[in-house]
Amino acid sequence: MMMEAPAREPVNFAGLLKDAAFAAAIAFGLFSLMLGLKTDQTLNNQMVLVPRPGLLAAVVGLVFVGRFLIGYWQAVNAGKITKRKAPATPLALKIEKYGTAAFVGFLFVYPMMVLGTAGPSGAIKWIDNLGIQILIYIMLGWGLNIVVGLAGLLDLGYVAFYAVGAYSYALLATSEPVREFMAGVVGPTFWPLWAFWICLPVAGILAAFWGVLLGFPVLRLRGDYLAIVTLAFGEIIRLVLINWVEFSGGYAGISSIPRPSFFGVPFNATESGFAATFGLEFTPIYRTIFLFYVILILALITAVVSTRLRRLPVGRAWEALREDEIACRSLGINTVNTKLTAFAIGAMFGGFAGAFFAARQGFISPESFVFLESAQILAIVVLGGMGSLLGVVIASILLVGGVELLRELDFLKAYFGDNFDPAQYRMLIFGACMVLMMLWKPRGLISVREPSVFLKEKKAVSSDLVKEGHG
Amino acid sequence: MTMTEKAPLLAVRGVKTYYGNIIALKGVDIDVHEGEIVTMIGANGAGKSTLMMTIFGKPQAREGTITYDGRDITRMPTHEIAHLGIAQSPEGRRVFPRMSVFENLQMGASVNNLAHFDEDLEKVCAIFPRLKERLQQRAGTLSGGEQQMLAIARALMSRPRLLLLDEPSLGLAPIVVRQIFDVIREVNRKEGMTVFLVEQNAYHALKLATRAYVMVNGLITMSGSGKELLSDPQVKAAYLEGGHH
Repeated sequence: MMMEAPAREPVNFAGLLKDAAFAAAIAFGLFSLMLGLKTDQTLNNQMVLVPRPGLLAAVVGLVFVGRFLIGYWQAVNAGKITKRKAPATPLALKIEKYGTAAFVGFLFVYPMMVLGTAGPSGAIKWIDNLGIQILIYIMLGWGLNIVVGLAGLLDLGYVAFYAVGAYSYALLATSEPVREFMAGVVGPTFWPLWAFWICLPVAGILAAFWGVLLGFPVLRLRGDYLAIVTLAFGEIIRLVLINWVEFSGGYAGISSIPRPSFFGVPFNATESGFAATFGLEFTPIYRTIFLFYVILILALITAVVSTRLRRLPVGRAWEALREDEIACRSLGINTVNTKLTAFAIGAMFGGFAGAFFAARQGFISPESFVFLESAQILAIVVLGGMGSLLGVVIASILLVGGVELLRELDFLKAYFGDNFDPAQYRMLIFGACMVLMMLWKPRGLISVREPSVFLKEKKAVSSDLVKEGHG
Repeated sequence: MTMTEKAPLLAVRGVKTYYGNIIALKGVDIDVHEGEIVTMIGANGAGKSTLMMTIFGKPQAREGTITYDGRDITRMPTHEIAHLGIAQSPEGRRVFPRMSVFENLQMGASVNNLAHFDEDLEKVCAIFPRLKERLQQRAGTLSGGEQQMLAIARALMSRPRLLLLDEPSLGLAPIVVRQIFDVIREVNRKEGMTVFLVEQNAYHALKLATRAYVMVNGLITMSGSGKELLSDPQVKAAYLEGGHH
């Protein structure tokens, strides 16, 4: 806050009103076309413009009042010499430590909880749409966190590896020659049942391979240039998938991808199915719960591996590389290998998540791997605080879960009319969140970097104390 | 000139370095013998830092050879050169700002896989007591002088035989500069470490030097013992006027 402001200056109301009027004028300019006019069709199929002065006036009025209040609040607080808060970093670390443990525990009981409260039919929505969806993004966020958060390589094409993983699994699992070969070697029922468990590591390895492939040409690039090339890479992969129809099925995608089995026991209503084997009544919820645990374990593996790696020389080298490449070189660090391992390992987790995604959906098409996905994963990492695992979790819940919850806000229809679909406003809310974040927490929700080594006691220094632009 | 019969530890012969088509070093010859402190002074843009970086392989010399301990390192990649026992404290300190002092020192020791880390940590902490107080602090929160100490300490962590220092006095208060130079002298005397120092602060650098070179526009124009150059009228006129502290 303003340190040098003199104490107790009278609030300048004229100035505040001027400010508020200015903001309202901008809002009017912005929203007069967006909200003030609506196109509608008449019964004769004619387009007519419906003016909505009331709504426009309400929004502009809201902006006016809001700006005035913010200005007033600032003016009142300007006199106080606000001391910079002593960074309460040990607390943040504590939250990270215990919060994570509590959260993991919560996740393990989550399906049971939901099952108990919502019943088998209602629970699918909560476990699948909310739980699994968020966990996929948490895993992708943690994977990308290795590349962006730790190694500092801004990757805008991360969804490419997600796609590689998904298509690797989908193509291998639905491939006729592979099925026949496996049928010849270990019997006809083997491949459809075990395809997921065999293809999962393969998908990861293939994605890592593509990570290295992307890594090579971009070795000399940093920052904006790297971002552009990775963005292009993501688009190339998607365009190849669209246009190479014989290989990937083009826009039509790949359907009837085998679902994962319970280590050889399929989730179906047959005698040898999961429900029958364990003496349970058949419902599709078991598969959903199983998928939930699979992605939970996969995500936890990602978290454990990336925290372990941070303590190893390669992880330290990633972080050092993010800080200063020239210094790294002068310390004898092989920057080529360091960058490639970051790309490869980050891509590998993207590949795992992709394979899981394909198995969960049963159908994939290039539509699922558009740039917006990359942007969302990156937003999760940035919003959460680069390098922070818990931050990624919070950001995923906010961004992914928040959007899902928007669909639930039916009561808003009472105010905005029956055609109001809150989910349509998700990008607007998303954007507003990002702007607010950049204003209040420019380094992300959890911006404390925990040292990977410590002598006597853990101590972290808040990033607030380090100059902007140094990290 | 020292009369060592042994071959020099570092020998630079006829090195020419280009940035694109622009020539930065126009054929440089220098020798650094084991146990010496060799200083190179020169104005801004003379090519001092380029020479330092060329020794470290980035950018590589287009012509000429650089030999270290009998091995040709002219075309070697930087990280391999670092593994031969050469450490560099780059210009502008370049500590890792968001990592702790301790982690910075760990990075310095990564060449030999932290093999003697604890022992070396104690050693550099004895040399720089200030760093010991601040081991857990982020390097970015250190003062300029402390960051320079850290940069040198980090370079020492790899147990180098040859220490390359690029303008350690850059942007530091005179009293801190003196501390830094005292440390360089101490490391050289106690450990017998060979030091190649590039400096603009000619007075201090020449006082410290066993031998020294003067570089002008990518060429060595003068060489001699530190004392000789200090009393040389040309050097005095060009680099030392008003430079006494």
